[in-house]
Parts: sequence; C-alpha cells; structure tokens
Amino acid sequence: MTALADTAPGETRARPSFYFRYMVEPYLYLSPAIILIALVMMVPLVIGISYAFQSVNLLRPFQTGWVGFENFQSLWSDRKFWLALTNTFWWTLGSITLQFFLGLGLALLLNTQFHGKRLVQALVFLPWAVPTFLSALTWAWLFNPTIGPLPHWLAALGILSEPFNILGDPDLAMWGPITANVWFGIPFFAITLLAALQSIPGELYEAAEIDGATTWQCFTKITLPFLAPMIAITVMLRTIWIANFADLIFVMTGGGPANSTQILSTYIFTTAFRKLDFGYASAIAVALLGLLLLYAAVLLMLRRKMVKI
Amino acid sequence: MRAYRSSSSVVVAGKYIALGFYVAFALFPLYWLLKIAVTPDKLIFTDGTSLVPSGFTFENFSTVLVQTDFLAYFRNSLVVSLGTAAITTCIAAAAGYAFSRFDFRGKRLVIAVMLITQMFPLLMIIAPIYKIVAYVGLLNSLTSLIIVYTAFNIPFATFLMQSFFDGIPKDLEEAGMIDGCTRFTALRKIILPLTLPGLAATLGFIFTAAWSELLFALMLINSNDTMTFPVGLLTFVSKFSVDWGQMMAAGVLALVPSCLFFIFIQRYLVQGLTSGAVKG
Amino acid sequence: MARIELQTISKAYGSVEVMRDINLTIEDGEFIVLVGPSGCGKSTLLRMIAGLEPITGGEFRIDGKRMNEVPPRDRDMAMVFQSYALYPHMDVARNMGFSLEIRKSATEERVSKVEAAAKTLGLTDLTKRLPKALSGGQRQRVAMGRAIVRDPSAFLFDEPLSNLDAALRVEMRLEIARLHQRLAATMIYVTHDQVEALTLADRIVVLNAGDIQQVGTPLELYERPANKFVAQFIGSPTMNILSVEQSGRGVQLKDGTVLQLTNGSDKSSARELGVRPEHLNVVTPEKAHLSGVAELVEHLGSDTNIHAKVPGVGQVLVRQHGHFPLKAGEPVDIALDLEKAHLFDADGRRLAA
Repeated sequence: MTALADTAPGETRARPSFYFRYMVEPYLYLSPAIILIALVMMVPLVIGISYAFQSVNLLRPFQTGWVGFENFQSLWSDRKFWLALTNTFWWTLGSITLQFFLGLGLALLLNTQFHGKRLVQALVFLPWAVPTFLSALTWAWLFNPTIGPLPHWLAALGILSEPFNILGDPDLAMWGPITANVWFGIPFFAITLLAALQSIPGELYEAAEIDGATTWQCFTKITLPFLAPMIAITVMLRTIWIANFADLIFVMTGGGPANSTQILSTYIFTTAFRKLDFGYASAIAVALLGLLLLYAAVLLMLRRKMVKI
Repeated sequence: MRAYRSSSSVVVAGKYIALGFYVAFALFPLYWLLKIAVTPDKLIFTDGTSLVPSGFTFENFSTVLVQTDFLAYFRNSLVVSLGTAAITTCIAAAAGYAFSRFDFRGKRLVIAVMLITQMFPLLMIIAPIYKIVAYVGLLNSLTSLIIVYTAFNIPFATFLMQSFFDGIPKDLEEAGMIDGCTRFTALRKIILPLTLPGLAATLGFIFTAAWSELLFALMLINSNDTMTFPVGLLTFVSKFSVDWGQMMAAGVLALVPSCLFFIFIQRYLVQGLTSGAVKG
Repeated sequence: MARIELQTISKAYGSVEVMRDINLTIEDGEFIVLVGPSGCGKSTLLRMIAGLEPITGGEFRIDGKRMNEVPPRDRDMAMVFQSYALYPHMDVARNMGFSLEIRKSATEERVSKVEAAAKTLGLTDLTKRLPKALSGGQRQRVAMGRAIVRDPSAFLFDEPLSNLDAALRVEMRLEIARLHQRLAATMIYVTHDQVEALTLADRIVVLNAGDIQQVGTPLELYERPANKFVAQFIGSPTMNILSVEQSGRGVQLKDGTVLQLTNGSDKSSARELGVRPEHLNVVTPEKAHLSGVAELVEHLGSDTNIHAKVPGVGQVLVRQHGHFPLKAGEPVDIALDLEKAHLFDADGRRLAA
C-alpha cells in the first residue's frame, strides 16, 4: 500500500502517462523498423524515381542533370526493352503456372496421411532453402552436356536432336531459368497452400461425406472455395515477385544468348551494374513498376467482381 | 480416417508415385551437385550420366578450402547473415509485437507502407543505394550489406512475428501486468519465452535470405576481402569455368548452412503461417 | 483495504460509446457481482477497474485517490481470468509466486506464502507441475492461488467458473464464498450466471447495453426489480410478463380477466404485469384467474414446470413445488399470487408499490 501511495500520480503527471501508454508506446516498439525502412527503402525509392528523369551515368560524370522524359523516349525506341518486356511476360507466365499447379498438387498430397510424412515434407521443401545463386549454378551445370545429364536424357527421349546445351539456343534458352524457377518455387506454393488447407475445419469434409459428396465434389465445393482467397493473394504476390526476380537469369544466361532471356529486371541490373547508367536503369524500373501496379489493380478489380462473399 | 482406408490401392499407389516424383525432382539437382563434387577429376567425363560415381574423393573440398579464398568468403557471409538475422529478428519482434497488441493511430498506414515495400522491384533502388553507400563511404564493407539486408527483410519478418504473437493469448501479459510487471517486463518474462519457436523460425528464415542474396552484394562489394559467398562463388565460376569438381564442391559448401537452418525451421513455417499453433 | 468509487465513468472506442455514466461505490470488504447478458459491458468495466482498458471519461478512485491513469501493476488488485491465464512455461509454484518475484520480495517469504496458499487450495502435491499437466479445476485453483498469494486490496474475477463443468462450478463457488469470508477483501466478480450472482454477492450490479440497470442485494433484486429487464434477468425460470391495462383499481388482462391488485401504486400507466413462475399456482377452477391447457410439463423432481397456453393471454409458466401429477394436453387452472406481482410501465420501469 505504501508503494501505491508513492506512485499514485496527481492529475498533471497522470495525463502524459496516459497518452504515453496508449499512443506513444506502440511507436517505441515500431521506431527502429520504421526508421530503417524509411532510410533504406523509401528514400532510395523516391531518389530512384527521380533518377528516371535525370541523366545519371557514372561513366559520364559530367553529363548530369534533369532531362525530363528523355530516358523514357529512348526506352520507347529501344528494341531491347520491348524484347525484354515480351520475355518478362513469358518468363512470368510459364514460371507461375507451373509453380502453382505443381505446388497445389504437392500441398494436397502433403495434406493426406502417409508414412514418413515429416521426412518427405522436409525433403520436398528443401529447394526453397537453396540459395538462389546456387540453384542457378546447379541448373546451369545440369543443362551443360559436358557435366550434366539432362541434355543426354532429353536427347534419349527424342526431345532434343542431339545432346546440346539449351541455354545456348535462343529458341529454348528461356526454359532453363524457368525450370530452375519452378524447382525453386514449388515449395512456396506448397507451404502456403498447405497452411490454408490445414485451416479448413475437418467437420466440413465429414458433413459433406455424410451428405454423400464424392472426393472430387469435396475438392471443388469445399477445398477450392476455401483456398480461393489464399490462391488469389499468393498468385498475385508471386507474379510480382517473379517478374522482379533477376538472380536466376542473371547467373544462368546473363540475359543471353542474343538477349533471348533478357527480362526487364535483368535489363535493369545489367544497365546499372555493367553500364553504370543509373538514369536509364531507373527509367526501366519505373516502367516495370507501372506495369506491375497496373497488373495488381486489374487483379484486385477482378477479384472484387468474382468473389461475392 | 475412414476415407483413407477405403480408398483403392490404385489411388494409394498413385499417391506414392506422385510423392516419389516430387522428392526426386527436389533432390536430384542437389544430389548431382554432390556427386560431381566427390567424383575424382579424372573420372568426371568417363562417368557421364551414370547416377553413382565410380570413384570417391574429398580432394575437391580440400582444394577449395585450402587453395582458394572460400574460407574468407564463408566467414564474410556468416558475419553478414548472422548479423542481419539477429538485428532483423530483434527489430521485427518489437514491430510485430506492436502490430499484434496495440491499436494505434497510423497503424494502417505503417502496415500499408510495409506491404508496398514488398511489392516494388528492389532493383529499382539498387542505383540510389549504390550512390548513397558510396557517398557515406561504406562501399566494400560488410556493414552496408547488413544494414541494407536488415531493412529489406524487416517487413516480412514483422508479419511473421506478428502471427506468432497473435497466437499467444493477450490474457497472459495482462495477468503479468496485474501481477506487477510493466508491459516491457511482461513481454520479456512471459511473452518472449513463449515465442522462442517463432523467434527461431524468423532468425533461420532471415539467415537463409541474407545468405543467398546476390545482386546487391555484387553491386556493393568488389574487393576480394569482403566478398560474400555468392559473389565469391560467381567470380570463381567465371574464372575457373573448367574445374567442375572444385566448383561443385564450393557449391556444396554454400549449401550447408542454409540447409541446416532450413531443416531446423521448416517445422515451424507451416505453423507460423497457420498461426495460433503456439498457444500455451 | 479498498473502497472503490466509479464516478460518471464512460467508455468509447473511437466515436462509438459503449458505456456511459456509470456510478458505483464499492465499500471496503464488499463482494460485488457484475451481471448481465453477454456484450453488456461487464467485462469491459472490470478491465477498466483493473487498468487493462483505458477509461474514456469520469473518475475512478481507490480510497479517495484518482486512479484513472495508474497502470495495473500499481493498483494493488489481483485478477482471476476466465482463461486463467496461467503462464505456460512456469510451474504451479512459480505461477503463484510470480507477483512476489516481480516485486522482488524475499525468497523465504515467497516460498512460505506460496506454500500456505497451495495448502488452502489443496494444491500442495502439484506445485512442481506445469499448467498443461493440470485439469481444468486444478488450473482454476492455481489462478485463485496466484491471486491469494499477493494479498491484494481487491480481487477481480472475470467469469472464473465459466470453463468448468457443473459439479466443479458449484464446488468452486463455495470455495470463493469461503475465501471472501476468510479474507474479508473487496471482491468484484463478473458473471453471466445469475445463480453465481445471487449466491455470492453482497450486492449485485445488473448491467445491460452499457448501462447500470439496478444495484442492490440479491433479495432486493428478486423482490423489487427496478425494471422489466432486471425482473426477467434475475430469477429462474424467467418471470412471466403479461400485457395489461388499467381497470378501475386493478388491471385487466387481454382476455378480459380483471385482477384486483392490492398494492396501492398508480395503475394508469401500467402496461405489463410480471409474475414469477413460483408465484403462480395450479388451483381448482373456481379460484383460478386463468384457465388454459398444459402444453409441456417438465418433471424436475424437486419442482414441476408447467408451460401452459392460456387463450387470449399467451404462454404462462407455472412452477409447482415437488412432483405435480399433470400431463401435457390436460386443462390447467392457475391462480396468481397478486401480492408478489409487479407492474411495469411502457418504458419497462417498475411501478413502485
């Protein structure tokens, strides 16, 4: 009780403590995160956008300054940009489709009972833990006929006329990074969809079974509707992520041969990294950002129309 | 359970074949990496596509470890990844706790900003970051990488930690506060001990992410002394593109830490995403 | 000990006001039960008293000192949560002694206090166990023990028995009553169960939709409910409510029956008549006020509940003591104990006797 008397504050001292507890305290916990994100991500983002309207080339340090839309004008007439845009589309579409369906299949399998489930789960999720540069190198090696088995197998199956490196063939090269990306990305979909599957109450299936539903009906009438929100959000986030994902292609093909695997994000990176032309790189990045925002907006609009809940 | 028992043996066989396919697809590239790494140099080409090496050696590993700078790269990567993981986890735990337990003005805005950082191309800020880091004189330093990686990983780690905190009943820290704790003491003595699995999962996740980052490291580091493992390996590959055994041995070495961490955390990942699994 | 005063307390979430103008004084050593349907604000009020929820307006005082902004740890109150909120990573003894540990009291003192509390609650053999190895009843005891060990100036209970089965609930209810007798500490107890309220309370506070409906002893609430809400909430089975209008010195039911109420209240504003099922009797036709058909008869052994349908009046529940040999479908004649009937006006307020 004496402690109580000591700390019982008067009216004037009490007010700040009240505001402290309910208004300021959360920001104490948040401030390190907010400060770092602001300084390392938001400020550079604004600078990055401003670069798109400037001439910033470290190789030509004396030609700096605002140039308006000049970078975008050269972008418009840049054949490589349009090629990279087309490639980005196929790269993203191919990767996301295969990742999603294979990931969904895996999640459904892992949601059943079988012996050694924990081990299997750990093994199939393993590719996700493999550093991306290493996935890229490993797959590049696997596609190399000198050292890897894949060209030989593909030739034996009659898919290739002879065992050559598809990464060197402009028509086929994109399949290399896509394969690596699918390998690397299946676990992401499997994990998120498995989590969503496990949160579906088991009673629903029992009720459906009592009502005489077949396995297929259970899947289409219960599982899919329950997964739909998770599918929508993961597919959207993943599409954006894959479109931005330059590591695999950069390591496996460097955008070649003949720019046949150059996507926008690798184009940004090589422009910044090799040519040190930050202005032009930022212009490509702004274009990519605009396209992704457009995509997200369209998808969210579709979702609002489709999901009636 | 009944449904499984009554399903036909064809379905069961199909299920195991499908699982087998997934396991093989997941493991085969890594197996091949390991296989070439332990095959003696002179047998690499004669072995061709055979699945089992006809000879066995650790020579490639010892060459890589002794005659190249890989130990230094390894050490640099370890410093960067552990530093990033530790700092990110602390900051994200605090932020996730705030999201989980407080309702405050500006919460939606902060969450929105964090979500946006997950959406825009990170490559967009590679040029400004380079210029800023160069301006403050931190090019070629591991500190710059730790700071940059920490910021990149905070949003995801925060949402992960929030879901772990959400799984712990609010009653517990309220009981603590009535028992005489300040909010911070309650957090430290009651909530954090219960969040240990969550902290471990976040730590491991961020470690893996930092371990594999390539492009920013490539941009910000070009001196051999401070190269991280990915940068070092890539330089090594372009320099010695003929010595397959050594390259793959280096690859296997790069794989070890992140795989160890992953095996450790993967159990918690599904739990963390489902949330509510850590209820006391 | 503690005298707790609530003066024009209000609570709002943003612009939504969920509680307004709460005035209540709790005397030192009093056992107060806050009761009401779910969502009435009783738990919010308790949490405001505990300091877990900010008070939006008004003043909250303990022993005359303003406490609105004092954090929970400095209010010297112990609380038993509905979920028990036992710390899962600490054993029973550490759970119970945690508040002393935080206040850095001497180890010997802590050990002896924990042992004493464990003995009182019959937990002596369980002190080394973790909460997850305890049954529901044992967890409840540990939660109580944690409160006792602190020797606080007031105990707060937030529906502490609602997770227990019926038999255990009765046992723990007695335990809490004994505890109050022994410690003579101020206790504030939240429940939605009127039996707990009636058996434990010195005074009951009935809340509905954020407003205090009535404060009084259990008997006052039962005999002189302030309004229709309290009348229906207190007492089981629920009070019968019949529509009436004034007729001379008495009131008239919808079927035309005139009841000569002896109490002298003004009946001009009377709209409804309330009679508890135990104040209705099955009688011979000539003494009856109402005649109907028994639709459902529940034989509970100690009592018989007769749900009767009275043409023109509606559904009426009669409670007869002991076994009453009546079958569903049989005619039934009912007399009202007019001495114990209540009249309510259009706003549901009880017309004073």
